[in-house]
Amino acid sequence: MDLRFTPEETAFRQEVRAFFRSEIPEEIRRKVSEGRSLAREDYVTSQRILNAKGWAVPHWPKEWGGQEWDPIRRYIFMEELMQAAVPLPLQFNCFMVGPVIAAFGNEAQKARFLPRIANLDDWWCQGFSEPGAGSDLASLKTRAVRDGDHYIVDGQKTWTTLGQYADWIFCLVRTDPTAKKQAGISFLLIDMKSPGISVRPIITIDGRHEVNEVFFDSVRVPAENLVGEENKGWDYAKFLLANERTGIARIGLTKERVARVKRLARETPAGAGTMWDDADFRARVATIEIELKALEITQMRVVAAQSRRDASKPDPASSILKIKGSELQQAATELLVELAGPLSLPAPVANDVDALGWEAFAAPTYLNTRKVSIYGGSNEIQRNVIAKAILGL
Amino acid sequence: MDFDLTDEQSLLKDSVTRWAASRYGSLEQVEAARRKPLGFDEGAWAQLAELGLLGLPFAEEDGGFGGGPVETLIAVEALGRHLAPEPYLASVVLGGGALRLAGSAAQREALIPGIAEGSHRLALAHGERQARYDRFDVATTARRDGGGWRLDGAKCVVLNADAAQTLVVSARTAGGRRDADGISLFLVPADAPGLTLKPYPTQDGGRAADLVLEGVALPADALLGEADAGLPVIERVLDEGIAALSAEAVGVMEALHALTVDYLKTRKQFGTAIGGFQALQHRAVDMFVALEQARSMALYATMMAGSADAAERGPAVSAAKVQVNRAARFVGQEAVQLHGGIGMTLEYLGAHLFRRLTTIEYLFGDTPHHLRRVSDAGGLLGAA
Ligand SMILES: Cc1cc2nc3c(=O)[nH]c(=O)nc-3n(C[C@H](O)[C@H](O)[C@H](O)COP(=O)(O)OP(=O)(O)OC[C@H]3O[C@@H](n4cnc5c(N)ncnc54)[C@H](O)[C@@H]3O)c2cc1C
Ligand SMILES: Cc1cc2nc3c(=O)[nH]c(=O)nc-3n(C[C@H](O)[C@H](O)[C@H](O)COP(=O)(O)OP(=O)(O)OC[C@H]3O[C@@H](n4cnc5c(N)ncnc54)[C@H](O)[C@@H]3O)c2cc1C
Repeated sequence: MDLRFTPEETAFRQEVRAFFRSEIPEEIRRKVSEGRSLAREDYVTSQRILNAKGWAVPHWPKEWGGQEWDPIRRYIFMEELMQAAVPLPLQFNCFMVGPVIAAFGNEAQKARFLPRIANLDDWWCQGFSEPGAGSDLASLKTRAVRDGDHYIVDGQKTWTTLGQYADWIFCLVRTDPTAKKQAGISFLLIDMKSPGISVRPIITIDGRHEVNEVFFDSVRVPAENLVGEENKGWDYAKFLLANERTGIARIGLTKERVARVKRLARETPAGAGTMWDDADFRARVATIEIELKALEITQMRVVAAQSRRDASKPDPASSILKIKGSELQQAATELLVELAGPLSLPAPVANDVDALGWEAFAAPTYLNTRKVSIYGGSNEIQRNVIAKAILGL
Repeated sequence: MDFDLTDEQSLLKDSVTRWAASRYGSLEQVEAARRKPLGFDEGAWAQLAELGLLGLPFAEEDGGFGGGPVETLIAVEALGRHLAPEPYLASVVLGGGALRLAGSAAQREALIPGIAEGSHRLALAHGERQARYDRFDVATTARRDGGGWRLDGAKCVVLNADAAQTLVVSARTAGGRRDADGISLFLVPADAPGLTLKPYPTQDGGRAADLVLEGVALPADALLGEADAGLPVIERVLDEGIAALSAEAVGVMEALHALTVDYLKTRKQFGTAIGGFQALQHRAVDMFVALEQARSMALYATMMAGSADAAERGPAVSAAKVQVNRAARFVGQEAVQLHGGIGMTLEYLGAHLFRRLTTIEYLFGDTPHHLRRVSDAGGLLGAA
């Protein structure tokens, strides 16, 4: 047993750290770090730099650009990426639809989509949730009816993150209304420019446009855009959600935030000194750091176990990472608002955004981060998973 | 980075686990041992010697088995899971730790073979009433007296002092009561004239004693380690103690959580197993999460406790104690609640596990104490 990293792993960490800090534009990283809005081009610029280096999709199969890193290297890579405040490679592309197409798509689909997904030539969004299908995703109603070599899609998706930027949407649709819930679902790739699609923005709690409703009115989708087999979509969705869950602790992100809180606290006046002189504030920071250290080791334990188990099945232990990881992300943003104090009140408005200090973005970041215990399988759903799969209740 | 045990470590784990499970498979067996005069059974101590556990952390050339912190973790976690009442922590980890880290060749040669074969036990007499958890706060004095030493003062809550043949006693040879420098360690025979023990049972079913030292005369070679430089040794021993205690706590919490989940599956109310109620399921899950987080920090403490660098070791070990303390309280309280009335009685194993967890919380520093140690050191992460 040895919790230290090997010299090779440490050298790898140095290499990726140096790359992120020297190659990804400072201005983009500052926006991420301070919780400012990113423009579409910021995501694209950053991901293309990574892709040119071969690092946008290191976890993919080798023939589609994967690096064949072991789980520890993948972990180090993501951790350093987040700590350097580099925008995550677009989740919907790199961690969701890409791996599904690589695993279950046909050769034509792989050749057509995967390189464009990796390079963010196509922006993808996720069309799973519906007004009536949230945690109980399998109750979704959006229909796809076969008509010659097309499907006709009718229905509505919602909470579609950054759908306003998207070129494509991957959807779960019901193809067999007579089958039992999970059995009649298919995985369909739909061009967002198709006639019959309309997008309505939803403004989230932080005042920004992050999610959307997407309506489908007799949208014709070529049948060749079906992934895998008809009515097997639920299996692919489970595969996708399992991938989503392992990366979700976002420990690097929380580390970056806490480290920033510590730096800013030393610059934030309070009483006769700064916030860092306040023992009570320091103790709250330390409490989060301790729990975060514990989670980091828990994550390494899950990662180490991963190399020894069947990777296609979700590890119920990863639900611990989701629960704790989301709680700590949220706790770190609470510290930020506390630190900003009264200066957290002014709301950022469009024309003076660049002039505002970090304090103006503390509350929006806090408010926005409430989402992390809701999506990706809500924390209650994660508790159900552990109760059933691990405790046998 | 790997979490695997070596073959020898796996063997050790199997043998301790098997021994503890058969020797203390039921609460009655634990209670029977606790009723003995010293709070444990001498026969069981001899069996621990045969298993190689008593000499585990000592170097092979001293008559030990050359185990490190991981071996100690394996042993105490398994013993903790079954509430084994033997003074392993007091004698092998604490007393033995001081001897291992500070003892001269002659001292190690004189004591370790007896410790390893089970005929000799140690205890660490360091804490004093006014000190609370401050390790540097020592009022007991040791004065040079002819060629030897003379000790005066008092020590409190010395774990398993009544079972020890030799006590490792800290005393001030220079400086004021709260100075870091000027503390020394001494090997004091339990039957030394002028030493009085007042033994008593503790909240968790274990034993401890208060000590009074009145003109205890010791030869020159009773000094353990360098004069005036005892604090770094004490710091290290107590940090190793915290690592071991964290591992024990994990064993205890694991047992208590398993007991609770089992109870949820079998207890029926409203015509159904109460484990079917989601309100209880989620609480059992939160206990599990707390246990796993504590396990991670017990591993962290184990890795860091061996470091001689106090600046690196101290905050890490304190961080572990904070996490373990919080988990111990949470898991203990929830377990009692989820059991309903039965959780409140000493007829039930769960209550004993909760009592041990509660004791662990207050041994070697409570949560606010260790949280302060972490935050005074600037936390665990650098500032960006
Ligand atoms: C900011 C944001 C972005 C999102 N982006 C996307 C996206 O891009 N694409 C997409 O498809 N979806 C997206 N989602 C949707 C997300 O996946 C859902 O919000 C999530 O699945 C929860 O569904 P719901 O909101 O309908 O809540 P509900 O399922 O209605 O849940 C309401 C409450 O009940 C609890 N609950 C539900 N079932 C149980 C149960 N069995 N036991 C105990 N408690 C239960 C939940 O935990 C929650 O607290 C996003 C959501 C948010 C907030
Ligand atoms: C110190 C003490 C003194 C007492 N004195 C008396 C006395 O003098 N006279 C007397 O008659 N009784 C007495 N009681 C008994 C007391 O009323 C019961 O302990 C109490 O009703 C709970 O019942 P139980 O212990 O069987 O637990 P259970 O009912 O088995 O409950 C076990 C756990 O399951 C939970 N639970 C049960 N049902 C549900 C549900 N539907 N949904 C969610 N959670 C549920 C409970 O909250 C508890 O956490 C005493 C108890 C104690 C501890």
